[in-house]
Amino acid sequence: MKPKLGFSMTLAIPFRICTPQFISYKCKPLSVVPFQNIPGLKRRTFHKGSTSCSAKQMDQVSKVGKKRNGDLLRGKVFVVGDNIDTDQIIPAEYLTLVPSVPEEYEKLGSYALVGLPEKQYPIRFVEKDQLHTTYTIIVAGNNFGCGSSREHAPIALGAAGAVAVVAKSYARIFFRNCSATGELYPWESKEYLVNHFRTGEEAEIDFGRNVIRNLSSKKEFELEPLGDVLPVVDAGGLFEYARKSGMIPKQS
Amino acid sequence: MNTCQYILAFSNNTFVSGLFYSVKKPLRNQDILFGKRNGGSLLKNNRHAHGFSSSSVRIKGTNHSVFQPVTATVAPPKSHRHVSTSLSNSVQQPMTLTEKILSKAANRPYVKPGENIWVNVDVLMTHDVCGPGTIGIFKREFGENAKVWDPEKVVIIPDHYIFTADQRANRNVDILREFAREQNIKYFYDIKDRQNFLNNPDYKGVCHIALAQEGHTRPGEVLFGTDSHTCNAGAFGMFATGIGNTDAGFILGTGKLLIKVPATMKFVFHGDMPDYLLAKDLILQVIGDISVSGATYRTLEFSGDVIAQLSMEERQTLCNMAIEAGGKNAVIPCDRTTREYLKGKTQRSFEVFQTDSNAHFYSHREYITHHLEPVVAKPHSPDNRDLAKNCSSVKVDRVYIGSCTGGKTEDFIAAARILKDRQVKIPTFLVPATRQVYDDIYRLSIGGQTLAHIFEQAGCIGPAPPSCAACLGGPKDTFARINEPLVCVSTTNRNFPGRMGSKEGQVYLASPYTAAATALTGFVTDPRQVYDFDKQHRSAYSLVDSFV
Repeated sequence: MKPKLGFSMTLAIPFRICTPQFISYKCKPLSVVPFQNIPGLKRRTFHKGSTSCSAKQMDQVSKVGKKRNGDLLRGKVFVVGDNIDTDQIIPAEYLTLVPSVPEEYEKLGSYALVGLPEKQYPIRFVEKDQLHTTYTIIVAGNNFGCGSSREHAPIALGAAGAVAVVAKSYARIFFRNCSATGELYPWESKEYLVNHFRTGEEAEIDFGRNVIRNLSSKKEFELEPLGDVLPVVDAGGLFEYARKSGMIPKQS
Repeated sequence: MNTCQYILAFSNNTFVSGLFYSVKKPLRNQDILFGKRNGGSLLKNNRHAHGFSSSSVRIKGTNHSVFQPVTATVAPPKSHRHVSTSLSNSVQQPMTLTEKILSKAANRPYVKPGENIWVNVDVLMTHDVCGPGTIGIFKREFGENAKVWDPEKVVIIPDHYIFTADQRANRNVDILREFAREQNIKYFYDIKDRQNFLNNPDYKGVCHIALAQEGHTRPGEVLFGTDSHTCNAGAFGMFATGIGNTDAGFILGTGKLLIKVPATMKFVFHGDMPDYLLAKDLILQVIGDISVSGATYRTLEFSGDVIAQLSMEERQTLCNMAIEAGGKNAVIPCDRTTREYLKGKTQRSFEVFQTDSNAHFYSHREYITHHLEPVVAKPHSPDNRDLAKNCSSVKVDRVYIGSCTGGKTEDFIAAARILKDRQVKIPTFLVPATRQVYDDIYRLSIGGQTLAHIFEQAGCIGPAPPSCAACLGGPKDTFARINEPLVCVSTTNRNFPGRMGSKEGQVYLASPYTAAATALTGFVTDPRQVYDFDKQHRSAYSLVDSFV
């Protein structure tokens, strides 16, 4: 079933809209693009101004499978408290966005942690009108990710640009979804770290030594090893891990 | 040899069974835990479960060996691991109800908490919010033309964002429809005419209540749903829990899932159920006692005389909020009440399990039920419990009666009991969970007056078309959504900031009696303040005139 597009073309360009085939888009007519100006057909945005018709690929918008380079992960820290539930991570009104559609995946990222009350969190995780966050690491207290089973929660955080969460403890479905999607490294801290970091400070997680270091205060804190979760997130989630480790055949 | 079989082979590999697990100590300790622990090890005796068959079959033309699906439980020998060889148990070890269900689903005579097992799935449920994502993953991983493992075991129930102009929400229902058509899904409760929901013969409404009403919740079975309140179905003596899209996509292709056996926390309710209490008060009591992470990764098993006297709808309310304590699942044993409810709803036979009297429990909590009082969960957490009577100075802007937790037929009977011949002082929104509940509101009567008429006379708003509606906010045009800083008393299940819409909204969770009482006064109100309850507990159906 091909997506339905309303457009007129004078050139027979055999392009492929790289979005799920069962979604039909109602696009405004395309302006004709000369064939030679479309170097990689799959990667072009064919339509100006309307995101619903652009042909983005998941690997343009997602870093799943490529979340870290080497054992040291350095970046700014965003600190939250206990019981940060999925409604605060991604409010329910944004759940109409389907994460397997690249444009909607990006949009999900822009709403990550938008549910945090402004009074307690005047510094926002994603600035207004931005698609991405400047914070790589989230430091949290207990029961991070409690509430709903929605995978949109770890996906929104990952899509925004977060790479790791360092929490004292997790809610079970959220933790499971982190590795299944490959979106976040769900580190568990041995101590309660919320008071040892401030939003905006730089930190570095050492994947080899299982520690997080606050680069401002120079203090180091131990983390529980990720164990078998690590290669799954490295690979890019449950299915990717299965393919990369030779368990299931690679897609042709 | 298709992808599904490869996935099964992969899934049967013992190394891979450690996939989801964070190993607390170095691997040499072989201490594999699923996910995260809360406050210490939840496994007192952490035995290592390897129930995978070591027989393998070489596939022609490939280098792959395929492990047979799990039926035997002989573990591959490993010197530094403790090997559990369940087949050698000639005497049956005691198990809890949940453990028995899971051992059956895993084709093993015995499982214990902490073991990672592959279970066969009896029902997979999804809805309009998570269905499209799940379908996307299924197609991406198993192929565009892949078929689900069993089109009669997938139940697709649009219910979350239905009565809205939001185009993406509407598109998501279209996606479900297309998938149901292409896969020949037997149970798809479609809606096309949003202007008049009565025009949709198949549409049911809120997924968890629809599952029960349509006979998909059967004792002894394993149900996964892409929704956290799937634990609702534990009321039927089955294993039911919520999962994410990736896990659900995996099940669509294989019909199996890798899970860890949860430890069981026992909650026994003794004594008499006062007439002014409902199951919602009991579960809010429990969550207030153990906190929102008090049951993380564990089963909540409810028993006792009081539980045995609860109706199936009340049992669902109790199990529904297990997730609010972090619980993996909740369970109430099947009994005569369960069988009565299921009569006429399902033709299938089912297996009834009971917890062994000498089974091991993680914890044991007893309640003298007639010592309990109506409670609320104050903003902004389901464990922020207080007695309703302590909150009587809290001015309330609106009341919401709805959702899988508090929008069933008996919840509306309870509300009507309080509101009969009286007027609400504040906007009171009514959202029946399903079409059947909606019909019941117009059919059942108290003292000669239908519930619908009682609500109308009282000045309530609704009943609205059945769906999840404002329980979780939703698109901005959702019925009863909180769009400003308002105080709302609600029969729903969560009250974290922004849950029903505005981040400045303040949601108090309560029973239908407390919610209705609050509607009458405009302040958080203990129902005993405004209504003369009986000395004996009155079940909902003893309150209505008659029912067919």
